[in-house]
Amino acid sequence: MTQQVKISQKNNTFLRKNQWWKYALSLLIIVIYLLPIYAVIMMAFKSPQDLSSRLSMPKELYLGSFEKALDSGNLLNALKNTAIITIGVILIEVIAGCMAAYPLARNHAKFNKFVMNVVLSMMMVPALSIVVGMYSLLVSLHGISTYWGIILVTAAFGLPLSIFLYRNFITAIPESLDEAAAIDGASTLQTFFHVILPQLAPVTVSVIIMKGIGAWNEFAFSLYVLQKSKMYNITLTIKQFFSETSTDLNAAAAGALIAILPTIIVYLVLQKYFVQGTLDSAVKG
Amino acid sequence: MKRRYRQMNWFYLPALLVMLLFVAYPFLQTAQISLMRWNGYGKVRTFIGLDNYISMFKDANFFLSFRNTLIYGICCTLLQNVFGLALALLVNSRFKGNGLVRTIVYMPIMIAGVVMGYIMYFFLTFNRGILNDILLVFGVQPRDWLSSPFYAVLFITLINSWQYVGNSMVMYLAGLQNIPTAYYEAAAVDGVSTWQGFRHITLPLLIPSIQTCVITNLIGSLKLFDVIVSLTNGGPGHSSQSLATYITNRYFVAEKAGYAAAIGVFTFFFIMILSNVLNRYFAKKEVQY
Repeated sequence: MTQQVKISQKNNTFLRKNQWWKYALSLLIIVIYLLPIYAVIMMAFKSPQDLSSRLSMPKELYLGSFEKALDSGNLLNALKNTAIITIGVILIEVIAGCMAAYPLARNHAKFNKFVMNVVLSMMMVPALSIVVGMYSLLVSLHGISTYWGIILVTAAFGLPLSIFLYRNFITAIPESLDEAAAIDGASTLQTFFHVILPQLAPVTVSVIIMKGIGAWNEFAFSLYVLQKSKMYNITLTIKQFFSETSTDLNAAAAGALIAILPTIIVYLVLQKYFVQGTLDSAVKG
Repeated sequence: MKRRYRQMNWFYLPALLVMLLFVAYPFLQTAQISLMRWNGYGKVRTFIGLDNYISMFKDANFFLSFRNTLIYGICCTLLQNVFGLALALLVNSRFKGNGLVRTIVYMPIMIAGVVMGYIMYFFLTFNRGILNDILLVFGVQPRDWLSSPFYAVLFITLINSWQYVGNSMVMYLAGLQNIPTAYYEAAAVDGVSTWQGFRHITLPLLIPSIQTCVITNLIGSLKLFDVIVSLTNGGPGHSSQSLATYITNRYFVAEKAGYAAAIGVFTFFFIMILSNVLNRYFAKKEVQY
């Protein structure tokens, strides 16, 4: 017994001595990954007159850029718009997603296999390849610069992944539960609401997190669908900051910081759900 | 039970309606518009058959965008998989702080691609760009990185790979943790070197993870859009344009809706066929021990 303890201690010191490179490498990786965020923070807190290197600390804490970003840039309104759009997208993807997943998980008829293939291949569709048809459809439905327009478009492209996640989860719920409910006289609807739905909490967290971040950061469709500046979401507002030549870059940095903080905080708090969500969304052909 | 199953199919209705109206119908519309000459808003649409497709194959900028799309797709996939696996191996080994590395490498995924492009703009501009500041320390002369077609494409590739490598890392990490340690123990008894162990145990057993990562990364980077818009907007000229940005450029800037639609149809089939072929190829490769 004592011998074993000795060996493992010896192993331990041996390992430690040879691990310095892991710490050096990790430090390098962390610096490379934090540098951009560090630079944005430095710029946001510096006065526009401070022409020192963008990496150096501000001489004094300057909050004027934040004031400017919040005043001129329509930023609070954009946060509100983004929140409304994100909630709308999540609601559709959760409700329509778990509903569509139920027959996909339970019913193995030819028709359902066909639907599954459609769902899987729709996950691959490059969204902007159909932008011409999409945009002209929204114009004819008067959906440009409306909440429902951008919500439905974003949700339509997000639904396949949400259906896929729910379908995998429901497949793992024993079908005997459904059968027991059926024998007790529950209708299909009742079975879904009272047997399946209460068990979906874990996968719903994954869907909300993955799709919520996607909707919060959505840009490609918003760029064309949200044309009135009072309908702008976060990403469009940041774009506006940067493309207006009159705006100083420090205010833009402050705006960018305000835009990325919510998602980073959510991530740091709910990290393990993000990792789980990433793994769940991996499509295996 | 059979009647119940059929009733169940009604549950598809909401999702199917949304997807039919906003994905399937726009696709058909796009295909139809691709056969017409149309400015995108006027009432006049002229049927011109396959003319848009013919001019597509005569358009040097289309081939440039297609080439860039392939560069973004292939290079980002390579970088994200090689570095994703390397990071996963590092984080999977036992040392203090491996959790911190994982947390921080995954973090940029939370930042919108457009915003990341603008942040990187601070690094790459000629005037007070951070990259020039850093390189000056090593005696490299400052230059305007984004005005060079080569560097524009290079930096878009690097930034996109850097931002999203965390996804691959997490997937490879899960793959590594699924490999039973007993295999490595047995190999150690047989005197197998670390490299041989990696080559003959780790890699073959990671094939499912490799498959998933390669396909998701490839499809994702072939669709690259956001970071291009904010970093170069396709420029200088059209030299960093991807198919996605070129479609929107033709549609909204050049007002050639029919032509944009034709490139869209091409892009659509290109990516759909590619992902199908890849899925089939990898399905044959899976190993079981």
